[in-house]
Amino acid sequence: MQGNPKLSAADLAVGASREQVVVENLSRTQIVMYAGASGDFNPIHHDEVFATKGAGVPSVFAHGMLTMGLTGTLLTDWLGDGVLRAFGVRFVRQVWPGDTLTAKGTVRSIAPDGRVEIELVTTNQHGEPVVAGDAVALLPVSSIG
Amino acid sequence: MSDHEFPVERTGILNFAAALGETNRIYWDEEYAKATPVGGVIAPPTFAVSSALWNPSYALRGIRQIPAQPEPPPEGGARKSGRGGSSRLLHGEQRFEYHQPLRPGMRLAVRTRPGRSWQKEGKRGGTLRFSESVTEFRDERGELVMTATGVSIITERAVGG
Repeated sequence: MQGNPKLSAADLAVGASREQVVVENLSRTQIVMYAGASGDFNPIHHDEVFATKGAGVPSVFAHGMLTMGLTGTLLTDWLGDGVLRAFGVRFVRQVWPGDTLTAKGTVRSIAPDGRVEIELVTTNQHGEPVVAGDAVALLPVSSIG
Repeated sequence: MSDHEFPVERTGILNFAAALGETNRIYWDEEYAKATPVGGVIAPPTFAVSSALWNPSYALRGIRQIPAQPEPPPEGGARKSGRGGSSRLLHGEQRFEYHQPLRPGMRLAVRTRPGRSWQKEGKRGGTLRFSESVTEFRDERGELVMTATGVSIITERAVGG
């Protein structure tokens, strides 16, 4: 499988990291867009009355998979397109409208074949983790011109 | 568990990328994408979740059911169990293993099977029951394109949002 790496394994070192804001002031509109695009129409994510009066939560909240998808933008912006071999997260905390999320990836290991393991954590504006996980990318072994 | 088709389409990819706030043209600009080593438009890494739109047994996909089905239990809301208590169904973990990127025009066969299940005692939610579902996406030649593994957690008691 041929990807478009933005950097090589040689450009990275264990412990190297990158972080970026993956959403700022999350809007209900974006959550609704995600409902439509993903096919997850659970009303807890778009129906404020259902969420507050029915389920007793403070407001609608984002799909966990939206937070995972936002975290994925860090990986592809950093490492390139079509280079991921694995990507997994644990959903730690709910994400609410108005939240600003920062995803951070840290290189955990680099194999001789260019397989790079990344540790991931995405935090909200209070510094609390919302998802944590890891990813594996296959990068060229030596620098790309 | 279900078996169904998942046709990968550009409009679906565009909508999904837009919902993520993507600025990466690889997800919609065919001319740009063709000029990269990827060779064409691909889908974002978590796009396969939208295969749910094609899953006839997935009640949340928004297609009207005849006869009408009861409202599904909310992921984060209270659900009455048979014993009269409330429990909650949570999406605990998600993992994807990639063999090739999803591209428009692929017609993938989706097959889901149950994976491991286990339980442990939680501090707030009482007994937590974990169950894994493993979904394979195969192309028309039967080759594995990706595997998605989800872990659901059912809590004995509702825990605060």
